[in-house]
Amino acid sequence: MSVVRIPPTLREQTGGEREVLADGGTVRELLNDLAVKFPALGARILDNGGIAPFVNVYVEGEDVRTRDGLDTPVDEASTVILLPAMAGG
Amino acid sequence: MTTYRELLAQTKAEIDEIDAASLAAQLDSDAPPVLVDVRELDEWDEGHLPNAVHVTRGHLESRIEGVAPDRDAPVVLYCASGNRSAFGVKTLEELGYTNVASLAPGYNGWKRDGFPTVSDRALEPERRRRYSRHLLIPEVGEEGQLKLLDSRVLLIGAGGLGSPASLYLAAAGVGTLGIVDADVVDETNLQRQIVHSTARLGDPKVRSAADTIEALNPDVTVQQFEERLTSENADRIIGQGWDVIVDGADNFPTRYLVNDASVWNGIPVVHGSIYRFEGQVTVFKPYEGPCYRCLFPQPPPPELAPSCAEGGVLGVLPGVIGSLQANEALKLALGIGSPLIGRLLLFDALTATFDEVALRRDPACPVCGESPTITEYIDYVEFCAGGAHA
Repeated sequence: MSVVRIPPTLREQTGGEREVLADGGTVRELLNDLAVKFPALGARILDNGGIAPFVNVYVEGEDVRTRDGLDTPVDEASTVILLPAMAGG
Repeated sequence: MTTYRELLAQTKAEIDEIDAASLAAQLDSDAPPVLVDVRELDEWDEGHLPNAVHVTRGHLESRIEGVAPDRDAPVVLYCASGNRSAFGVKTLEELGYTNVASLAPGYNGWKRDGFPTVSDRALEPERRRRYSRHLLIPEVGEEGQLKLLDSRVLLIGAGGLGSPASLYLAAAGVGTLGIVDADVVDETNLQRQIVHSTARLGDPKVRSAADTIEALNPDVTVQQFEERLTSENADRIIGQGWDVIVDGADNFPTRYLVNDASVWNGIPVVHGSIYRFEGQVTVFKPYEGPCYRCLFPQPPPPELAPSCAEGGVLGVLPGVIGSLQANEALKLALGIGSPLIGRLLLFDALTATFDEVALRRDPACPVCGESPTITEYIDYVEFCAGGAHA
């Protein structure tokens, strides 16, 4: 199980949880597991089987788009950060 | 009767002149010439050649022995355009100097051709006192403080983030602060927007902020833009020679305009955003690191973009994030340290933790990528409910 940080703008979809656990050896498996556990969150972060365009996913501090995208490996010790755009100022 | 022009032509014909490239080579050699700036003090203060000594033309004969005791050693004189120095060379030859030349294009030509110059303008005594804690830091010092006083920083928004950012930049002596904000001060702002006050309720935020800033530090000139950034005014406002932009906007349309304008105008943006207990800071420096569109090519739809007006924000959070933005802006203006280029700093006030993720340029970025598809400003539809500056 890897720790997934949930941004404040997506916590409504996790019942207020700031961090959740999800299973998966790759980003794809991990996001699919999240979508099963939190369907409302899945609808926000997945789009036609890919990562939704307004959310960035970081594994070990690196944007998965700059690695292997959905095939980027995730291990149990990895922290995954979901990061949508925020405009507040 | 000889005219000035004739005398000058005659003098130049008799003396040796040197061009900028040859002088630069000589200055780099093992036996550089004694370099003497014969201009007036105010001209010297504006800037001069590195390693030059200053002896005004009027004092040349009486003081040259002090700076060039060996009459056979090479000496080069310069003035603004090579005329005063030409007469100076002739005089030194009469004094027995055997290896003297005049920099033909003068300081102006030297500078115009991109050769290095330095300035040792000094701070006035009251400024030395005001900025003494900066002067004590080697990385800032007098030169850095003069740089700050010459700096121009544009703040987008005089709200939660713009409040602490503008106050610290003003206190630091950033000489010109531009502030763009169309709103007026309302009661809901005062829980966090510390540049404003209860007495200023109903006043335009740019005027309220300018008054606070000018009371804090009269060295600072505030340029007020009491308007909302749009595709119509973006070039007028952003194309005014700003060194750094501090983005504390409260809505996506403005943030995308700021991003596109900053890329096209080559200005680094210190980006900050806040929501509830969490904030983010990064620096978007065009073509050196990613831009906002490398991260998020398009703004999200309204239902995915709650604003502070809807979601709330802890009052002190913009104090933390806006101060970090001021820190980055000062580093960029001074050219010191490692700015947050390509790094996004995440702050969580509840756990009091910072995290960092790497941001990289996207070769497919629609604005700063290899084949840009966005080349004109886009006015995205405003969807930030409430509209008040967060």
